[in-house]
Amino acid sequence: MNNKCTERLFNGIVKENPTFVLMLGMCPTLAVTTSAVNGAGMGLSTTVVLLFSNMIISAMRKIIPDRVRIPAYIVIVATLVTIVQLLLQAYVPSLYSALGIYIPLIVVNCIILGRAESYASKNDVVASTFDGIGMGLGFTVALTCIGLIREILGSGAVFGHTIIPENYHIAIFVLAPGAFFVLSILTALQNKFKAPSATNGSVPQSKLACGGNCMSCTGSSCMSNHEVLETRKKQAEEEALAAKKAEAARKEAESASAASKKDE
Amino acid sequence: MSKLLNVSSSPHVRDHVTSQNIMLDVAIAMIPATAYGVYQFGVKAALVLLVSILSCVLSEYVFETLMGKPVTVSDGSALVTGMILGLNMPPAIPLWMPFLGGVFAIIVVKQLYGGLGQNFMNPALAARCFLLISFAGPMTTFTYNDAVVSPTPLAAFKAGQSVDVAAMFIGKIPGTIGEVSIIALLIGAAYLIARKVISIRIPAAYLITFSLFVFVFGQHDLMYVLTHLCGGGIIFGAFFMATDYVTSPVTTKGQIYFGILLGVLTGLFRLFGGSAEGVSYAIIISNILVPLIEKISLPKAFGKEGK
Repeated sequence: MNNKCTERLFNGIVKENPTFVLMLGMCPTLAVTTSAVNGAGMGLSTTVVLLFSNMIISAMRKIIPDRVRIPAYIVIVATLVTIVQLLLQAYVPSLYSALGIYIPLIVVNCIILGRAESYASKNDVVASTFDGIGMGLGFTVALTCIGLIREILGSGAVFGHTIIPENYHIAIFVLAPGAFFVLSILTALQNKFKAPSATNGSVPQSKLACGGNCMSCTGSSCMSNHEVLETRKKQAEEEALAAKKAEAARKEAESASAASKKDE
Repeated sequence: MSKLLNVSSSPHVRDHVTSQNIMLDVAIAMIPATAYGVYQFGVKAALVLLVSILSCVLSEYVFETLMGKPVTVSDGSALVTGMILGLNMPPAIPLWMPFLGGVFAIIVVKQLYGGLGQNFMNPALAARCFLLISFAGPMTTFTYNDAVVSPTPLAAFKAGQSVDVAAMFIGKIPGTIGEVSIIALLIGAAYLIARKVISIRIPAAYLITFSLFVFVFGQHDLMYVLTHLCGGGIIFGAFFMATDYVTSPVTTKGQIYFGILLGVLTGLFRLFGGSAEGVSYAIIISNILVPLIEKISLPKAFGKEGK
């Protein structure tokens, strides 16, 4: 059990880092990371919501009807976000005003719905909770890194302490283009140095037919991937058909033998 | 074997034009403007040019060496990028800014997208916009006659003051190093057109559209149009930056559309925008639209017309 929990944490922070590997939650990633503090604040708020949403959704996974699961998830997440929003407003008003509209927007953050849908709704409460913590911390680390680099280059400061005189600030890094530059370069470095992740092929048990090595993919692999998936699907269908036939034949034989027994 | 009887696969007609030749011609065409800029603004301007050229060439060399790619410094494209970037700088700028601009132009805009021929916008202009957004102060501080800070004629004109068009034509005005002397730029442009390095289509469509736009939406006055044509970077942009092979359409019709788009955008930015100048933004926005322009202006194959 303990092993599984640490595996979940590692998975969230490194292997399937929501920002650099899964590329989820790009809107807050690009918009609020103008400084390291903002990035960390956004990341931690999301972590709290993610932790509790995963916990609650996992606990209620057998009660929530499958057809209305998305509205149900949204209600749970929105409740949690409202709580976080009110707490931030009460205790850290400066962060609250810096993050602005992006706090209520945590409701529609892809990471939260994504984890609810793909993990919490299928696994037990403890594993889901640790999955939430891992994903949240991965998001926090990524946002803090982006925020730190943008803050150093754009406003010459580290966590608000100025270290570079004002004449040398490259203002574009605190504006929107800078967010794209920093995010893309950090993602490229992450791929280059092959941090173990789901996309760069260092995870062998990839479920994709192409092997999931997105680094060396030229796009042509997608076609072959599609083909392999198709043939697998066909194979599975054929197998199912054959199984059905065998079943029918067995039943026939059984009934025939039963009939012959009756005759006797 | 006799050349006549030599059998080989196509292509059969070869030309002597190479990237190197073209880049050299562009560099030669910029010499009058460069010389005038150095003559007018002095050693500072020469240093700015030198730093931006060195920065571009060095970035290209270092990046390609580190990435294990063939080093393409000798094709001269980095040199031309550096020259255009330097000519786009105000003369009194601190020297590390053109250096940073050169690194940005070559590494981020050109090499990260795959090197020469793959960049989707003009590297020098992208770097200029990068610097303009980052360092709005130093990038718009223009000095003239050593240390006298004065607005460019275009900015003064926008503010409603009268300007001397003859001085603007010769270049006795504050501005960026390369854009001030219209006559030096026109000499270079004539050289490029005579050598068939550029066609007249993009600059002509650009300047005509811009003149019409300014005439219709500005003041109905030829002197007003002429001031707009002689002020700022429009001549430099039209002949040297909009005609960059990589970032302009290859189709004939597309080049005309491209010029018209440039003219309208520049007119919009200059007349209705907050800043007096808008050539750089107009060019890089149009650069991004080039693939679409080429898509709608694809010529019909021979025999398929009228269908």
